[in-house]
Amino acid sequence: MGFLHKHAALEKNSILLLILIIVTVLIGGIVEIIPLFRKETVIEPVEGVRPYTPLELAGYNIYIREGCYNCHSQQIRALRDEVARYGHYSLAAESMYDHPFQWGSKRTGPDLARVGGKYSDEWHVEHMVNPRAVVPESIMPTYSFLLRHGAKLHDLKDHLKALRAVGVPYTDEMIDMAEKDAAVQATGEPRVDISGLQERYGDRVNARDFDGQPHMISEMDALVAYLQVLGTMVDFESVEGIDVSLEKSTNVDGGTQ
Amino acid sequence: MSPADSLNSKPDYNYDIIRLFVIATCFWGVVGMLVGVYIALQMAFPILNIEPYLTFGRLRPLHTSGVIFAFGGNALFATSYYVVQRTCRTRLWGDGYAMFTFWGYQAFIVMAALGYVLGVTQAKEYAEPEWYADLWLTIVWVVYLLVYMMTVINRKEPHLYVANWFYIAFIVTVAVLHLGNNIQIPVDLRFDKSYSAFSGVQSAMIQWWYAHNAVGFFLTAGFLGMMYYFIPKRAERPVYSYRLSIIHFWSLIFIYMWAGPHHLHYTALPDWAQTLGMTFSIMLWMPSWGGMINGMMTLSGAWDKLRKDPVIRFMIIGVAFYGMSTFEGPLMSIRAVNSLSHYTDWTIGHVHSGALGWVGFITFGSLYYLVPRLWGQKEVYSLKLVNLHLWVATLGIVLYITAMWVSGIMQGLMWRSYDEMGFLNYSFVETVVAMHPFYIIRAMGGALYLAGALIMCYNFYKTIRGEVAEGEVDKDGNPREAVKIKSESKWASDNQAAE
Repeated sequence: MGFLHKHAALEKNSILLLILIIVTVLIGGIVEIIPLFRKETVIEPVEGVRPYTPLELAGYNIYIREGCYNCHSQQIRALRDEVARYGHYSLAAESMYDHPFQWGSKRTGPDLARVGGKYSDEWHVEHMVNPRAVVPESIMPTYSFLLRHGAKLHDLKDHLKALRAVGVPYTDEMIDMAEKDAAVQATGEPRVDISGLQERYGDRVNARDFDGQPHMISEMDALVAYLQVLGTMVDFESVEGIDVSLEKSTNVDGGTQ
Repeated sequence: MSPADSLNSKPDYNYDIIRLFVIATCFWGVVGMLVGVYIALQMAFPILNIEPYLTFGRLRPLHTSGVIFAFGGNALFATSYYVVQRTCRTRLWGDGYAMFTFWGYQAFIVMAALGYVLGVTQAKEYAEPEWYADLWLTIVWVVYLLVYMMTVINRKEPHLYVANWFYIAFIVTVAVLHLGNNIQIPVDLRFDKSYSAFSGVQSAMIQWWYAHNAVGFFLTAGFLGMMYYFIPKRAERPVYSYRLSIIHFWSLIFIYMWAGPHHLHYTALPDWAQTLGMTFSIMLWMPSWGGMINGMMTLSGAWDKLRKDPVIRFMIIGVAFYGMSTFEGPLMSIRAVNSLSHYTDWTIGHVHSGALGWVGFITFGSLYYLVPRLWGQKEVYSLKLVNLHLWVATLGIVLYITAMWVSGIMQGLMWRSYDEMGFLNYSFVETVVAMHPFYIIRAMGGALYLAGALIMCYNFYKTIRGEVAEGEVDKDGNPREAVKIKSESKWASDNQAAE
């Protein structure tokens, strides 16, 4: 009964018990979390992943505000059916600027990790206003108010600054131009000069009137801009020498594809 | 030490604070479950989403926080404050501090709830409240730990009873998790919005380290504290095995903390972390069942109580559900099983067998024991209504979890179904259509469970008024009479009828 005897010491000394509990519960987290901060072992060095433009960031924040993550995942698992349905499985690099991640845990609706470019802007707007107008069986809530609410652009500068503080590589220029870049991106090519935006965020940045309301920059503009960039940053064709091939995806029967 | 504190007399326990927490538990329980039934109906009938404030996306955190932190949290405060006083035979330390934990915690709940409806969220499951609410909760929680530990230090018993170990582990680990997962910077002190210090894979791992252990320590360790106190008290038997309690305690708190990555199988999280998470999840089965056996076998030699006493029945069925969901959990953490179950309703069913079956039932059982004692009665108003609550709630759970099993496994199988050419058989929306009937059954199950909780509230209302239902008998079979409350206030003073 030696072990019971020794344990009695803990039962009689509550501070010792408290300390031992803290030590016991910390071990698992330390072993599993700390090594992940050697990011070079976790995140594949793929090209093309950039921080969100200010407008996309505003969209990301609307996505969070509305709790979209409760029903939509953004993480395509390395499984044959998921790759067939949604596209290439998600890479760590693709969410490295998401503070926090939006991988989700439940698919009441489909995965959105690669929804960018799959549907037209008009489709997204109509779907948001009334999902059942385009997908009759859908059970998604309506979000027509996004068309009526103006997107908050004036404080985007502060958002970029905060994100830079936690490690997103926004430059001084990006921060200074945040509000203007957002306005430019939501207005569209023919009417405005987008060269500055492209210089800062790349040539492939989507710049157009996303919501079909030229007179205003709505929350719908921001959200659709965000959705349209999801999963489109990595150029998989140019990836060489990095093991991101679909071979890795597992067949549900246990074998590989 | 006043003469009244001597070993042979009862200390002047602080029951006022526990009464408040009990009432809050009942109130938030009904609110949280009501929101649950509503969002369940939204999934069957999307027309019930009223934009912008009452959409599923904003109400789901209201439901989860409502039942976990508001209902479960208040129940943990109530029972822990009761257990620590009784087992340490001393009054709760710091009346004012304890009162602060009550109002401070309710303020946190209201802050968080208002935020969700208005769209203020961090988008981290079960950690949705923004930075200002997080800071406030940190203060409340530190005071909670202080009140608890000071009471423990003031104890008149040399040994600290096992229920307290679990409560201490719950309080301190939740503090660690809360701090670890909420490292963030506000955009500006004038704004409600903040950004997490972590991104992508790292934020995913930290979030599920947090969320899985919110289950492990908030919804398990704390409620095991209830099990270790209220089952022996109600059954009037000692805990089955002291040695098993020690093994149960240390192995549970050690192993739980490793299991988080099983929420991230086949994702961009490195494989080694996934494998560790799976391995420890399977190991977790052992301490979980050790604890279940310890709770259940406490009835050894007194199994007839299970037939005679609906309160014991609540507790034991709760422990049985604990055993069932802690068997299902390790099963679902196996990667091959998880490839089917993840992202589907199977997970939702699993969580609810734990939440409704284990957390709910052990709480109801403990409350049925506690309320008469807190308000100076020998027993609740009606044990027949306790029995009715039990069966209505059990039927609700059965409907709920079977509906979710069927819809989850069905959807998982439909997603991976191929035709003879190797193409996917079903579009996503076809799986949504197929789940409709099960969403209706689930909502019915939830409504039954809510109805049970309302029956309980009515029973407590009558108990607190000092009434006894017709036909209620005491242990010897004699008609039971109400205890006259001596004090003028409804807040019957002290523990006149208890024991």
